[in-house]
Amino acid sequence: MSVTFFIPTPLRSFTSGQASVDVAGTTVREALDALVTTHDGLRRHLLLEDGRLRNFVNLYLNDTDVRYLAQGETRVSDGDALTIVPSIAGGSGAVAAEPATLSHPEVLRYSRHLLLPEVGVEGQRKLKQARVLLVGAGGLGSPASLYLAAAGVGTIGLVEFDLVDSTNLQRQIVHGTSTVGQPKLASAEARLKDLNPFVKVEGFETRLTSENALEILREFDVIVDGTDNFPTRYLVNDACVLLGKPNVYGSIFRFEGQASVFSAAEGPCYRCLYSEPPPPGLVPSCAEGGVLGVLPGIIGSIQALETIKLILGAGDSLIGRLVLFDALRLRFRELKLRKDPECPICGEHRSIHELIDYVAFCGIGDETAPSGPEVTAGELKRELDQGKQPILLDVREPHEWEIVHLEGARLIPLGQLPNRLAELDGHADIVTICHRGSRSLRALEILRAAGFGHVRSLKGGVDGWAADNDPEMARY
Amino acid sequence: MIRVPEALIDAIRRAGEAAYPAESCGLVAGRVASDKEAVRVVPMANRRADDPHRYLIDPEDWRRVERELKAEGLEILGYYHSHPDHPAVPSEFDAAHAWPWYSYIIVDVRAGRAGAPASWVLGDESRSFARESLVVLNEVEA
Repeated sequence: MSVTFFIPTPLRSFTSGQASVDVAGTTVREALDALVTTHDGLRRHLLLEDGRLRNFVNLYLNDTDVRYLAQGETRVSDGDALTIVPSIAGGSGAVAAEPATLSHPEVLRYSRHLLLPEVGVEGQRKLKQARVLLVGAGGLGSPASLYLAAAGVGTIGLVEFDLVDSTNLQRQIVHGTSTVGQPKLASAEARLKDLNPFVKVEGFETRLTSENALEILREFDVIVDGTDNFPTRYLVNDACVLLGKPNVYGSIFRFEGQASVFSAAEGPCYRCLYSEPPPPGLVPSCAEGGVLGVLPGIIGSIQALETIKLILGAGDSLIGRLVLFDALRLRFRELKLRKDPECPICGEHRSIHELIDYVAFCGIGDETAPSGPEVTAGELKRELDQGKQPILLDVREPHEWEIVHLEGARLIPLGQLPNRLAELDGHADIVTICHRGSRSLRALEILRAAGFGHVRSLKGGVDGWAADNDPEMARY
Repeated sequence: MIRVPEALIDAIRRAGEAAYPAESCGLVAGRVASDKEAVRVVPMANRRADDPHRYLIDPEDWRRVERELKAEGLEILGYYHSHPDHPAVPSEFDAAHAWPWYSYIIVDVRAGRAGAPASWVLGDESRSFARESLVVLNEVEA
C-alpha cells in the first residue's frame, strides 16, 4: 500500500523541503514508522519515546483525526492521505501562584543572569521561587550553597548538626576561621546572608534520619546530596524517590569525584547505580583517606549548576548520566546510566515502600571492632619517664609520620606489618601507635595472632599523646 | 527573521485588547523568501473557554484556514497570541507545545492596553524559545 504524508511547513526541513512523502504500510502505525525511518529528524517532533504521537501533533487520515479511528492500528488503503496537523496551544499560564517579582536592587544584582536568554527575567523569578535543600554544609555543600545563594535561589534549606573544625577549612569554604567551634548551620547561614541578603535560609540542626527525612524533604523542590556517608546517601535517595523529588548527587574521594542527577520519574536513581552499599570500612571517609580541597569545589559547583538547570528547565540535565572527574589527570568521563527494572525502590516490582534502617542496611555495627589491651598517653609517659623502653611501633603511613611522630618510635605501616614481623623481637614489650588509636588496635591483633605476647595499643594515638602530654606537638 | 507590516501589528494588538482579560489567538500567514514575509493575520477562535490564560486552535479550524490560504498561495508562518497582564515572553506551557520554525508572536496586554509584540522561535535542538527579530514595515509592500 502506498500512502501520502502531507508535511506542514515547519517540518519540511526534515524532508528535504518536500511537502509530501509517499510511504508504504498497511496501518497508520506502519506508515508512520516508515516515515520516521526514512526521515529520522521528524521522529522527535512527532513521537514520544514510547512511539505515541506527541499531544500537540494531530494526524488526519483523509478527513478524520486518527485519534477518533483505531489510532495506530487504523488500516490504510492505497492512495490515502495522512496529514500532519499542528495542534497550536499556549498561553501565559498565569493562573497558578503569582510569580515572584524582582525588586530594582535584585534586577541589578542579577543583571548578568538577566542578559542570558536562557535565564532572563522569567528564569530569575523561577530561581527566586525555588526551594532547594542541601543535606550537609561540608565539602560539597559549601560551594553548592554559595553558588545557589549567589544565583538568587529564594529559599535554601540546610541540614547540618556538626560544628566547624579547623580541619574543615581546607575545603569547606562557606565557613571561616572566625567561626571555628560554632555550629556549621549558623556559620553557613551568616555567610550566605552576607553574600545575598535576598536569600532565605532555613536551617535544620539535626542528623537526617528515617524519622524526619520525609517531613524535611517534602517542603523543597530540589534536594542536593552533600553527604559523606552511605547510610545518609541511601536515605536521601529513597526519600527523594518516595516523594518524587530530583536528587542532585555528588561524591568525592581523594582526587576523584562523581556527579549525577537522580530523578526516578525520568531516569535511574542511586540504587539503580549501586544496589548495595560497599562493605563497611572498604571505602575510607575523607577523614581517613584525605581529599584534595579543590575537588569538592568542582563537584559541589557541578551540583549547583545542575540544580539551577533543573529550576530553569534549561539545557541537558545530568539525569541518566554519571560524570566521573579525575583531578590529577584533569579528565572528565561520562557513563550512561540505565534505570534498573528490578530496582527495589523505583523499579516495576519495588519492595521498598517506606524508609528503612539505613545504618543496619549499610552493615554498620555488624563488624567486630578490633580490641585488645590499651595504654593511655598518660600511663605510657609515666612508664617512659620511669626508664622503661617498650618498642614504640608506629603503624601509620610515611607521610603521616612526617607530620609528627613520637621520639624513639619506629615506623612499619600497617599494610607492611604482616611481612615485616621478623624485624620485631617477639618477647619485647610493644606499644602500637597510630593517628587516633584504631589502626593500632588492628596492628595489635596482627601481632597477637603471630604470637607476640606483650602488646598494647596507645589509646587515642599520637593525637591523644599531643592532647595529654605535649601541647607543643603538631596535630592533624 | 519575520517582517510584519505595521497594520498587521496593530491588528494583533487590537485583538489582544479586545479579548482582554482572556487571551486572543490567530494565524500569521504570508510568503517565505529568504525571510518570512507576513501578509495577513487571521483571527482564530480560542477553544479554551475554560481558562482565560490558555489558548488552543482547533485542528479542524486550522485545516480549513490552511486550505483557503494555500489557494491564495500563502503559507502559515506562525501564530500570535496575547498574554493578559503577563510579559510578552513565552511561558513554559508555550514552549512545551511549540512547533519548530513557526514564529510565535506574543503581545502583552496590561490592564487592557497592548504593548509592543515580540516574536519567538523554538531553538533547533531544545524545547526552549529564542527571540526572533521582528521587523515592522511601515508600508505594506507589494
